[in-house]
Amino acid sequence: MCEECGNRQAIVHVKTVQDGRQVVMNLCQECAQKKGFLNIFLQPSFSINNLLSALLGSQVAKMPAVESSGAETRCAVCGMSYRDFARAGRLGCSDCYETFEDRLNPLLRRIHGSEKHVGKASAHSGGAALVRRELATLKSDLATAIAKEAYEKAAEIRDRIRELEKAPRGEKS
Amino acid sequence: MKDKRKNAIENIVKSSSSPWMDGSGSLADVVVSSRVRLARNLRDIPFPHLLEDRSAKEVLDRVSGTVESVNKKGTWGELTTIDLSQVSALDRQVLVEKHLMSPQHAEAGPGKGLATREDERVSVMVNEEDHLRIQCLFSGLELDEAWITASGTDDLLDEGLDFAYDDTVGFLTACPTNAGTGLRASVMVHLPALAIGDEVSRVLAAVNKLGLVIRGLYGEGSEGKGNVFQISNQITLGQTEKEIIENLSLVAKQVVAEEKRFRENLLKARKSQIEDRIFRAWGILSNARSMSSTEAVRLWSDVRLGVELGMMPSIDVRGINEILVLSQPCFVQRTVGKELAPEERDIKRAELIRSHLRG
Repeated sequence: MCEECGNRQAIVHVKTVQDGRQVVMNLCQECAQKKGFLNIFLQPSFSINNLLSALLGSQVAKMPAVESSGAETRCAVCGMSYRDFARAGRLGCSDCYETFEDRLNPLLRRIHGSEKHVGKASAHSGGAALVRRELATLKSDLATAIAKEAYEKAAEIRDRIRELEKAPRGEKS
Repeated sequence: MKDKRKNAIENIVKSSSSPWMDGSGSLADVVVSSRVRLARNLRDIPFPHLLEDRSAKEVLDRVSGTVESVNKKGTWGELTTIDLSQVSALDRQVLVEKHLMSPQHAEAGPGKGLATREDERVSVMVNEEDHLRIQCLFSGLELDEAWITASGTDDLLDEGLDFAYDDTVGFLTACPTNAGTGLRASVMVHLPALAIGDEVSRVLAAVNKLGLVIRGLYGEGSEGKGNVFQISNQITLGQTEKEIIENLSLVAKQVVAEEKRFRENLLKARKSQIEDRIFRAWGILSNARSMSSTEAVRLWSDVRLGVELGMMPSIDVRGINEILVLSQPCFVQRTVGKELAPEERDIKRAELIRSHLRG
């Protein structure tokens, strides 16, 4: 019988530890729901932020102790160290990505499964990214032109794509 | 100029209606809204959590200046930037309740700002976790539309602001979990039939396995209120924006199909029971003299299901959705113009809902 309402059959058994002693509660489904014991499924079981703090914790644990004695690398723009980042979970500025590249890249790979951006580029990025952006636009234009049976235009776009793909890419690797 | 800005915010916070809830867009009988958010930062300036008051204010001024030059072009509508320290705490909460900004952004902080377009579909949070968070919100499953609008806003702002970008990592963000595209796309789905059938956890677990995350109506910690769930992408790097959007759309469509299947079954097996539940909810909403926001959102879910099933001729999706905003604690207090004790709030809330439903 449910310990809470005393009416329905107890089908949920919740074990908790109170003051060092294990306490078992026998509840019916309704009362268990009311007490929030059945809502575990509604919590995000996979959260990138939880993953991040776990990964950062293990990275910092492996860092050599000498680094804590002041010889630590700090970002020239914001002054943040990698240890500060691990504590805050946030970097200090966009330059941190370059300063801590060696440690951030494996972290990015573990979070996202990749460390290489393949999406939209900033208009200011110049070089490779701009080419990539133009290629993406051209390819979608090409598909549209073909769908509309505008073959002359499609041929023009295709030539431009070939030209871009042949050109040596990017000043920055 | 200042008055114009104040008026723009005033108009937004005093209305319980927003374009994202007008019931337009595809699959709007299950999908409440679609949102795309882009995280962007300025080069060579510390991220907001390290900014001193003066520098934070400078960031806001730069964004505001660029927004003005975008406005002058006249191609992107009229965006109004406001310094949130000039907005009352209550109004800031209403902006959260209307989904124009995050709960964290409502907390007081240096240089926090918000730019909104008059149609409320575009908003830009300034100095939240990143210098800029561009958000686009549409009714129904309209992720493509939301992405195109967000990307267009991004292009226009990038021209004047020069966003921090690296050819390898992409857009650089305060938290590496957002780096790359800086894109978080999400859809808000209403799943009452799956909830009645006790099937929500099964669907959510499946969605989780695909690397997508589920939150409640107002972000983490509000899981399952009103049977509304937000599904969003986690990974922002190594996939194109288009891939991210397509994946999410695909999953959302499957969740919608599952919900609809359960609705059909429900109508077949327990029609009179469901009808009774929906009309009871309607009866309470339109007659109660005191109502908590939790109860209002629960009843909202039942009545919205009735609207979605075509059972309620006297109200449409927009009408019922407004109750979501009307029921929120700060909106209720905003309408009265002062802070209220919880009991007073419940009475006022019931009154607002009654008069809204009477039309």
